[in-house]
Amino acid sequence: MTSDPEKTFGSTGPGAPAGGRVPRPSTWPLALLGLGLVLFLGTLGHAAWRGRQPAAAPGAQRELVARLGLSDLALFTEARYTRHLSQADLHSAFQDHPMALDHFPSASLVPPTPISGR
Amino acid sequence: MSHPLRRQRYLIDFTLASLWRRRGKNLGLLGVYGLIVFLLASVMLFSQALRREAGLLLEGAPAVTLQRLLAGRHDLIPGDYLTRIGRLRGVSDQYGRLWGYFYDPAVRANYTLMVPRDREVAQGEVLIGAGIARTRGLGPGDVLSLRSAGGTAFAFRVAEVLAAEAELVSADLMLVGEGDFRTFFGIPAGMYTDLALEVRNPREVRTVAEKLVTLLPDTRPILREEILRTYDALFQWRQGIVFVLLAGSLLAFVIFAWDRASGLSAEERREIGILKAIGWETGDVLRMKFWEGALVSLAAFLLGYLAAYAHVFLADAALFAPVLKGWAVLYPQFRLVPYVDGLQVATLFFFTVFPYTVATLIPIWRAATTDPDAVMRG
Repeated sequence: MTSDPEKTFGSTGPGAPAGGRVPRPSTWPLALLGLGLVLFLGTLGHAAWRGRQPAAAPGAQRELVARLGLSDLALFTEARYTRHLSQADLHSAFQDHPMALDHFPSASLVPPTPISGR
Repeated sequence: MSHPLRRQRYLIDFTLASLWRRRGKNLGLLGVYGLIVFLLASVMLFSQALRREAGLLLEGAPAVTLQRLLAGRHDLIPGDYLTRIGRLRGVSDQYGRLWGYFYDPAVRANYTLMVPRDREVAQGEVLIGAGIARTRGLGPGDVLSLRSAGGTAFAFRVAEVLAAEAELVSADLMLVGEGDFRTFFGIPAGMYTDLALEVRNPREVRTVAEKLVTLLPDTRPILREEILRTYDALFQWRQGIVFVLLAGSLLAFVIFAWDRASGLSAEERREIGILKAIGWETGDVLRMKFWEGALVSLAAFLLGYLAAYAHVFLADAALFAPVLKGWAVLYPQFRLVPYVDGLQVATLFFFTVFPYTVATLIPIWRAATTDPDAVMRG
């Protein structure tokens, strides 16, 4: 590179606006990228900090699980084999009656369970 | 600023000025690229956080749940099985659980009815989960009328609504007294839905389960570790399914990005030719293009990742809710505790930033090593 970019950017020469330096093309994009990186590190810090907060420990939920002896999350309440995934009849292909094909959307999202010793 | 750093800064200045000249195209690329990272990162962050939450919560599930099977189907288990089990070494507690489902045609939702073992619920009273309270518009003191198995109407007075912060495990729960439960479902005395056993030493759980199967051959034990594994697999599977669904758009993006990054336009060729003609070295051209790929992909990664973090942990994954809800009327409202798996983020970073940066370099290297005159003539 033979040209001297010092004369192009950051100069106060005749081409520059009166009273100030010409911002280099990279100033704002790099500042934004830097801000993005700081926010990225911030998310890691935020996640670590929230994870240590007493409110984040699912105390009430854990207590309820232990007290009632619950075995599953109430994520899919539409069918018994999706409501209590861990308690379902894993070896019955059609859970409700023969030829009862799954028709609940969540059933297509639920994987075959890893089975051991059942 | 030291000389090598200053040199790179000038190259970045030049690259950004060049990108800005084709801003329409480049901002479009940044937008699509950022959107792809956003989708992938959202799925990843959501699945990881939910998986962790499930793992933490279900640590409190019974160590062993024992179901009776009849003709291969889950059936009621007689209470005297507890006597037959007797006192097994390592088992600290064993009890019968009473729970079942009730389909409420009024809201087309399934409830989980359960008898709590730590408290007595007075006859005719019920404790309901926050999901039911919201869906049916119920509060303490209200009456919930349901049709029992015998066909008679059963009126329960709501004694309490379970804490909303425990909704992830209790949205559809109805806690009733044992007498009400048996009358409502017509379950004879001495019969239970299943049995639960607590084992002091986690390493003895498998041995206990083996003994149970030998003692009671018509039963199957479900271990806590299996429950945890089920949920672990569930969220991995879901993440995989969504990634597969996204594969089409990912491929489209890869083709677009590859074409954009590797195919040089006539204008870019001319630019390289002029740069070489005025004395730029091949290395400078390559560095300039490296910065182009790196800046675009890094910006897209940061944009996509930060938007995904805000979407999942600040906006409660609003875009995924309709997919997850399925047909569930009683979908729990919950806020996930932020959790970021460093390895997963690193993998996402590698697979989004690295390929694009490399893809920009190859054609430039080919163009930059040829004669300026030939490059300009195309």
